[in-house]
Formats: sequence, structure tokens, C-alpha cells
Amino acid sequence: MRNAFANELTTLAKTDPRIVMLSGDIGNRLFDEFKTNCPGRYFNCGVAEANLIGVAAGLTMCGYRPVAYTIVPFITTRCLEQIRVDVCYHEQPVIIVGVGGGLSYASLGGTHHSCEDIAMLRTLPGMQVVCPADAMEVRGSIRAAMASNKPTYIRIGKRGEPVYHKAPPAFEIGKSITMRPGNDVALLSTGNAMPLALEAAEALAAAGISARVESYHTVKPLDEATLNEVFGRYKLVATIEEHSKIGGLGGAVAEWLVDRPAPLKARMLRFGTDDRFNHEAGSQDFARGNLGLTTKGIVESVKAAWAAKG
Amino acid sequence: MQKMSVQEIDAMARRVRSQVVRMSFRGNSPHLGSCLSCADIVVTAYATAVRIDPKNPTDPDRDRFILSKGHAAPVLYATMAECGLISRDLIEHYNQDGAVLAEQPSPACVPGLEAATGSLGHGLPLGLGMALAAKLGGKKYRVFVCMSDGECNEGSVWEAAMFAPAKKLDNVILFVDYNRWQATDRSEEVLALAPLRDKFAAFGWSAHDIDGHDHAALAKLMANVPDGTGKPIAVVCRTVKGKGVSYMLDDNNWHYRVPKREEVEAAWRELGQDPAGIGPTPAHRPGGH
Repeated sequence: MRNAFANELTTLAKTDPRIVMLSGDIGNRLFDEFKTNCPGRYFNCGVAEANLIGVAAGLTMCGYRPVAYTIVPFITTRCLEQIRVDVCYHEQPVIIVGVGGGLSYASLGGTHHSCEDIAMLRTLPGMQVVCPADAMEVRGSIRAAMASNKPTYIRIGKRGEPVYHKAPPAFEIGKSITMRPGNDVALLSTGNAMPLALEAAEALAAAGISARVESYHTVKPLDEATLNEVFGRYKLVATIEEHSKIGGLGGAVAEWLVDRPAPLKARMLRFGTDDRFNHEAGSQDFARGNLGLTTKGIVESVKAAWAAKG
Repeated sequence: MQKMSVQEIDAMARRVRSQVVRMSFRGNSPHLGSCLSCADIVVTAYATAVRIDPKNPTDPDRDRFILSKGHAAPVLYATMAECGLISRDLIEHYNQDGAVLAEQPSPACVPGLEAATGSLGHGLPLGLGMALAAKLGGKKYRVFVCMSDGECNEGSVWEAAMFAPAKKLDNVILFVDYNRWQATDRSEEVLALAPLRDKFAAFGWSAHDIDGHDHAALAKLMANVPDGTGKPIAVVCRTVKGKGVSYMLDDNNWHYRVPKREEVEAAWRELGQDPAGIGPTPAHRPGGH
């Protein structure tokens, strides 16, 4: 995903001289193409994220379009107050791109995991929160964020994730994308949880349950039209995210659901990480399992809920 | 507003100080000591150096002035009113329910006020972004930032202090209102600040240490931005909290206290203003902490 981000940003910046890249001392060689094509517009701001966000907001106040980039926990929760005050309170269209969403950097330990960022950033007034599912959606999200002219947080994985779209999809912030049709249940996946959702749909199909899968890439603003549709049509709707079950996509959809004037058809299930840190070494898959987020777990829960629902 | 004489700057500073004491009383708002310590910095900047046209206060080429110590906003408001950048009517409604001017400025509350400050350690990074934008766009505007000594507790200040020289932002001048008090204690007893000028010099700034109430000394440095060193400029301004009102001098109770009517009148007399100008006591004083 990060290569797609760097490449798409370079493409945009070639024709938009307002675009400036601010890195928190990360992305070795990743931005060589940007530096070559956009000389003088790449700034390594060092391991100093509070200042980085302030500088970004100062640039937007003077007409520039900075993109602030480093690893998720450091460009979100580390400098949350700067994002809140400098970016959101001032309504500045800074684009914050976090690499290594969720457990992407599992092997680097809990300091580099981020299962709280969606929850924290979506509470900030005016902030858009977008979690693309693959490299193609990353490209679409950068373009859409630039065009929106609003504060936007884009949470990406790192590299090597499966690519599902053959080309950049028609990407609209706040409009989810159907990845697989289905008749019985709907799985709403955000960001890099998409492999889990599609694997789960495959396993459910084998068990006779037809699951629709949505790339529900925008956690804020919610795609309410799609929520109305799936909660009205299916018996079960599940959210899936590589993020804590507290306050992420599942939390946002649950908030939406209880505010409906009348009950909707579907029962809701939430899949995310447990409310604890992962202390063991290991891969992203291992860390997911350790925090209770597995394809098997999703499939079993959906089957049980489906059977109970009749 | 450009090139006032030292006498004219002094008279303006007295008017601003009087207005600030009156605003604290009428708006029932604290931080008077902090306002009075930085009044000469703000007044001298607007009176002699900051290029901003009251007829076009959002001109992209204007100089930027950021009062990072947002709790001293009344000084900025009163100075902007003196310079014709905001209407005096706004001052009369300061801190009332629904008013434009709050104890600390909200974003773009008036054209030409650059940032909603109040949370400390934000003004310098924002200012550096503006300075970087000037460099990117080949523009000649400068960025003035005024912050407090207590504000130097914030790590973001030192992140910014390393950023500015690295990116050669010589179009920035930073003033530290070194009144040696923070909210509840002597600054040097809270976190080690001294030697502050040397710290900025060591970080790669063109660093100065002056009497922060000396209009001529302030104006001299403000007239020379960039200063030819290729470095950002840091000015440690030695100031006294409550400066200008003898009963508030260096008394940190005035970080939070709000003056009574007779105290406002005494301050006005001391500042050479006719207390008749204070006007009636408002029926409703909504602030208070």
C-alpha cells in the first residue's frame, strides 16, 4: 500500500504545485520519485510529530496541501492534540497518512501497533477517517482526500497486501464498495481486514451461507445509505476491522444503529481486536490471532448467529 | 502602521495596558499579569514592524503575527484595535456571551488574527509552516511569534526550535516573554529554562537577550528580519509580570485575579489615562474561573 501511496501522490504533485510531502523520518527511498519530480517539496521533519502537524497546518493556512506521513501511532495518537487544535479546530485540509495500520508492524511490538487510532481520530470534529482495503483504494483515497479539501486521516497497511481491484475503483469518501455479492449476511470490512472478510465469505459459502462483502473504507463520515440498505435487507450484518472493538468501525456502526427511530431487520456482530496489548513476538497473523481476530473466529460466530436467528 | 516614534509607541502601550485592565474587569477574565508582561512586545511589533494592511488584512503577502501565549489575547485585541485592524466595538463586547472576541481567540475570529492559540506550544510550529510556505512561494513576508517562558516547558517548542534552523527559516522572529513566572510557580523552579538565550543559540538560532520593555531595543531587532545570518531569530525578552501597574508588579496572584473597579481606576491613573474612560460597570460580567 505504501508504494501505491507514494506513487499516486507523486502523480498528483506533478500537476499540483501546492502539494508538499512532510515525512517523520520514514520512507527510505520510498519518495525518490517524488523528490525527483517535485524538487524542494519533500521535507523530512524528523522524529518530531507534534511540530510536523503544526507545520502542516501552517502550510495549509498559506494555501499549500501538505501530506503528513509516518507510522500510524506516531502520526495519530502521539500528536493527537496538534491534530485536534491545529488541523481540526482550524478546519485545515491537512492529509494525514499513517502507514502500518493495525498490526501491520506486528514484529516491532506493541509500540508500533495501532488499534486505537480510528476511535480517537473519528471523535475529532470535521475529521474524515478513511481506511483503504488495498493498493488501488489507497490511490483512490489520496485523490478523493485532496479533492475534498477537508482534514482527512488515511490509514494504510505497509506493503505486500493482496490487491483486489484491477484498477483504482471509483472512490468516493463515505461510499462503500461492494467486493462480493451475497444474499444472507453482509460483512462490512474496513482497511487491511479485507483478506479476513473475503476468506470468511468463502468459508461461509462452503457452509451454505451467502455473504456479501463491502469495503467499508470510510469510518467517518459513515455511508448511511449502505447501512440502511444492509440492515434492512440481511438478517446479520458484521463489521470487521484490524482495530479495537472499542470505538472503531464497529463502534461507529453500533452508535448509528441504536439511533434509528425503529428497529432494523439485521442483528449486528462486531469483529476486531481484544481490549489488551499483544506482548508476544511474531507475525501479523499471529498477532491477529493473539488478539482474537481470525477468519475462523469470524466464520464460527457468523454461523452460530445465523443458526440462532433461524 | 509604521515607524512610530518611541514616544508614540510608549503612549500606545499605555493605552493598550489600560484597555487590557479594563477588559479584564469588564469581561471578568484572568491572565492580566501575563498580558502586561508582553504588552510592549506586541505593541512594538504592530507599531513598527508587522506589515499588515487594515484594508486588506488577509493579503497573502502580509506579515504573520502569532500570539502563541493565547491567554494574553486581550493585548492582541487591544493592539489590533489601536491599529485599525478590528473595530473598537468588538473590544466593548469582549468575553460577553456570543461575542466574537473570547478570552483566547477562536480560529479566524477576526481577519488578520492568524491562529486560535491557548493550548501552549502550538504557535511556533504553525508559524514555521507559514514561514516554510513563504520560502516555497518565494514570498517576502515574515513571521512573528510571541510565546511565554512557561510555554517553553512544551516539547513541541523544542521540536520546532530544531526544525527552523535545519530548514533555514530566517524569515521567523520569535519573542519569549521571559517574565520568570508561570501559572503557579517561578519558571526556573518548575523546569530548568536558563540559560535561555544560550539554548536558542546552541540550537542554531540568531539569539538575543534584551529588556522586553525597551521599545527601542525591540524595534531595532524587529526592523532587521531576516538579519543576514541565515538563521531564525530568537529574542529572549526579560520582562516583569504586571508591568505598568505598580500593585501588580511581579505578583503572580495577578495570573488569575480580576481587578475591582477601584483597582482599574488606580491602574488607569498610573498609566496616565482618565478613569472616566472606563465607562459604566457592565450589568453582566459572564467570565470567571
